[in-house]
Amino acid sequence: MAKGDPGVTTTRGRRAAPRSKRTTAKGAGDPELVQLLTPEGERIDSVTGPDGVEYRVDFTDDEYRGLYRDLVLVRKLDAEATALQRQGELGLWASLLGQEAAQVGSGRALRTQDMAFPTYREHGVLYCRGIDPIMPLGLFRGVDQGGWDPNEFKFNMYTIVIGAQTLHATGYAMGVAMDGKTGGDDGEAVIAYFGDGATSQGDVNEAFVWSSVFNAPLVFFCQNNQYAISEPLERQTRVPLYRRAAGFGFPGVRVDGNDVLATYAVTRHALDNARHGQGPSLIEAYTYRMGAHTTSDDPTRYRIASEVEAWQAKDPIARMKAFLEKQQLADADFFASVDEQAKAESVHLRERVLAMPDPEPVTMFDHVYPGGSPELDEQRAQFARYQASFEGSGH
Amino acid sequence: MTTETLTLGKALNTGLRRALENDPKVVIMGEDVGKLGGVFRITDGLQKDFGDQRVIDTPLAESGIIGTAVGLAIRGYRPVCEIQFDGFVYPAYDQIVSQVAKMHYRSRGKLSIPMVIRIPYGGGIGAVEHHSESPEAYFAHTAGLKVVSCANPQDAYVMIQQAIASDDPIVFLEPKRRYWEKGPVELDAPLDQAYPLHAARVVRPGTAATVLAYGPMVRTCLDAATAAAEDGRELEVVDLRTLSPLDLAPVFESVRRTGRCVVVHEAPGNLGLGAEIAARVTEECFYSLEAPVLRVTGYDTPYPAARVEEEYLPDLDRVLDAVDRAFGW
Repeated sequence: MAKGDPGVTTTRGRRAAPRSKRTTAKGAGDPELVQLLTPEGERIDSVTGPDGVEYRVDFTDDEYRGLYRDLVLVRKLDAEATALQRQGELGLWASLLGQEAAQVGSGRALRTQDMAFPTYREHGVLYCRGIDPIMPLGLFRGVDQGGWDPNEFKFNMYTIVIGAQTLHATGYAMGVAMDGKTGGDDGEAVIAYFGDGATSQGDVNEAFVWSSVFNAPLVFFCQNNQYAISEPLERQTRVPLYRRAAGFGFPGVRVDGNDVLATYAVTRHALDNARHGQGPSLIEAYTYRMGAHTTSDDPTRYRIASEVEAWQAKDPIARMKAFLEKQQLADADFFASVDEQAKAESVHLRERVLAMPDPEPVTMFDHVYPGGSPELDEQRAQFARYQASFEGSGH
Repeated sequence: MTTETLTLGKALNTGLRRALENDPKVVIMGEDVGKLGGVFRITDGLQKDFGDQRVIDTPLAESGIIGTAVGLAIRGYRPVCEIQFDGFVYPAYDQIVSQVAKMHYRSRGKLSIPMVIRIPYGGGIGAVEHHSESPEAYFAHTAGLKVVSCANPQDAYVMIQQAIASDDPIVFLEPKRRYWEKGPVELDAPLDQAYPLHAARVVRPGTAATVLAYGPMVRTCLDAATAAAEDGRELEVVDLRTLSPLDLAPVFESVRRTGRCVVVHEAPGNLGLGAEIAARVTEECFYSLEAPVLRVTGYDTPYPAARVEEEYLPDLDRVLDAVDRAFGW
């Protein structure tokens, strides 16, 4: 597979073998993990991925601290949402706990012009896109269905049907190419998020076929968090997921999804390839969902404590903090200020969620058809009359 | 005014050509729609004239056709998808009902999916299984989709252009057994003055009973009306044209005059369009009815082997028999 412009943060591979320390990641086959920050917080200068590309990042001190701040904020807001669900304020919540680095790393690698197609768990990417973190809470509280403008923020609606959005991303990316918006640094790229379970879906495999044969400027970003609700990875695949890309004719790479630096480097490279007209690629962000699939399942039924503990040792925030401390890029005041900011934002989020009003019932009839429908207009009128018929009705 | 005699298939082809000419955002996509011109040749010559970025031969994957069209629509294109045969739409069913139909609603109007899903449907051509089905009720039952069916070349030419111009996602059902039937088509009549897309039309006025049909059954019912007239019974035939939303006001008006109503469709009767229409006509026209609303439909079986499809499909005799029953009440 020909590679074009290597992008800002990577250079074409020169070393024969990866320098990364092998982690104890579990999964089928050789993990071949791209890693730039070990669980102990050691920086790795550069690493050659299984795709033959040498990955490196070079951030300013401020940017390193910014990534840490993102990770902490995203985790805190997510924890607040989980608490709100437990208190009955949300009907459901899909926590990203443990996947902060995969989401912040990939989300920060996006450029303004790039378009993202998320699942229902991409709260960290949503945050990176500049969307108010209260937006997905409306969906889970049941007062709306996600309130942001996908075109304004270049971040599509959450998609709950597994894998369906990978085809939307493919079509959108085909449109980008048809619009002539690839081929240079200012080109547009598209990223599709999905999980390990989704790789079993027909739609995801069709998206692989389509994006490949139409050379769509698309990055498939699979967060392999090891479980599809209760079904382990072994129920989805017998080969490492990133290797599937080869069969569809585009590069695949597995990155340490708990390493925000490596995730950034790998994603930025893949996006730049896409925007330069090099077509699709697959990133498998190897990570772990520390919590439940959603607040309605109980992970203690399907996984063992020692496995969770092993992944705790690879925590994405702890390793970034260790790195900042070792490199003396941040002091205790900085960490305290980040914690303070995270707390303040989560309190603010809580207050606003509790104040979210229920929608007017008659609005359920809105926006069914762009062109309207006389039949539905009549139902709306009937409903309004019926509501008004109750004594003291405010409607 | 240029009027030409065209087959229904050629009228669709000409309408698609007009849509491609008039709006650079229109793209046609599907299996075999390019060089082959579609298995029924409805897209014949379009790729040659508009190129393979406007008329896109796709991989063989129906969910992919619809799902990628959703993305193209979000990007600002107006995809016209061809599903090769009715019985092949089901792999795309999830994308159609869960994504296409709901995107506008879920986004509270911020996204529109101005997509047309063309499906050659219905029986009567001696095809093998999965090639003769009438899946309209599945789609008409889904809020967010609009469903239409054309029955003659003039409507085929105009309605396909109206559907493409509409911001609503539209399932466009083409009566494949009528592809080769000819009729006059006004080619340069302005689209904005054409008969509305979502409106039923009385295609033969009459006084004795109201016969409702759409798509392939309109011709059958017109033939039945001609036969009935020879016996002195003038049937009013209404072409529904729009299946969702239904345009029942002219139907109610007609039934109030005639007092009798027969609904005809190829799809199985159980929970079909006829059931909905019968219920609505009964609610609205109860005191005008001289007989219950009767249905003439396909049977509640899978579509049968081709050698018995003539028995399965409603024909002139079954329509006339139902009219007789309406008079014998």
